[in-house]
Amino acid sequence: MHQFQITRFFGMPDWSLAGYDVSFTNASFFLLVAALIPATFMTLAMKRRALVPNRTQSVAELIYGFVDGITTSTMGKDAKKFFPLVFSLFIFILTANMVGMFPYFFTPTTQIVVTFTMAMIVIGTVLVVGFYKNGLGFLKLFMPSGIPWPLYFLVIPIEVISFLSRPLTLSLRLFANMLAGHIMLKVFAGFVVTMSAAGAVGIVGSILPMGMTVGLMALEFLVAFLQAYVFAILTCIYLNDALHPGH
Amino acid sequence: MDAEGAKYIGAGLACLAMLGAAIGVGNIFGSFLQGAMRNPSAAQGQFGNLIFGFAVTEALGIFGLLIALLLLFVI
Repeated sequence: MHQFQITRFFGMPDWSLAGYDVSFTNASFFLLVAALIPATFMTLAMKRRALVPNRTQSVAELIYGFVDGITTSTMGKDAKKFFPLVFSLFIFILTANMVGMFPYFFTPTTQIVVTFTMAMIVIGTVLVVGFYKNGLGFLKLFMPSGIPWPLYFLVIPIEVISFLSRPLTLSLRLFANMLAGHIMLKVFAGFVVTMSAAGAVGIVGSILPMGMTVGLMALEFLVAFLQAYVFAILTCIYLNDALHPGH
Repeated sequence: MDAEGAKYIGAGLACLAMLGAAIGVGNIFGSFLQGAMRNPSAAQGQFGNLIFGFAVTEALGIFGLLIALLLLFVI
């Protein structure tokens, strides 16, 4: 579909590096936008650092407090160390999803390589932190305590498979939700066009799919926020596993 | 039946996985609301668990969708 196609950004030359195409594409442009919007906003909002915040500063503090609530409620007192990671992931995914909701804009999160890279960053952090903090005790994650020992033959393979599927599900959830949402919007918007091409009755009838499209648009804004939230909270839960395995 | 047609039938069958995910996700949110109505003060603290359960259940539906996408665009 046209809205998911990657093309070179207006008039950019095609660069190649060691046989790979590394041109500046529309995907790169919107990834850059999604990174720059929150960075600029947070820098500008916190420039005054007043004790009594003005409107922009209180928005920034609201976002901070929201993410802080997620991290402390799942990770407890160790949350502060991982706050920057969770905050960056949350706000980047949120902006990338929201940018994609505007017509003719590209959604970076509908590319599986983008979401999979973020999921691998999370799982890589979990593995490094887990083995650094607990040593081999991290493997207790696969042996839940308090069950009779014959059950371990059943439980350990299940736990290992569920751990190995985490990067896959973490990336696919975000990717599939954004992709399916945009395709659904396109299908319902297509109904409006085909119905109104059928004459006067069709134009009157096309009010129905039009209203449906407006409703779905609102739903997609909700999904865009919810998926960023789910990604952030799952990151926290996986990091909590790395900090406190075997409970 | 040629292989091309069988691919589309397979993709359609794989999407049935979403039926199970839909039942599961509905069950989770329904049970959460039921519990939250009985003890609203405890509901806030369980929101993280709600999202975690939702995410784990939804993952299985996503696996089905993944198979469908693989059948349609990769194989």
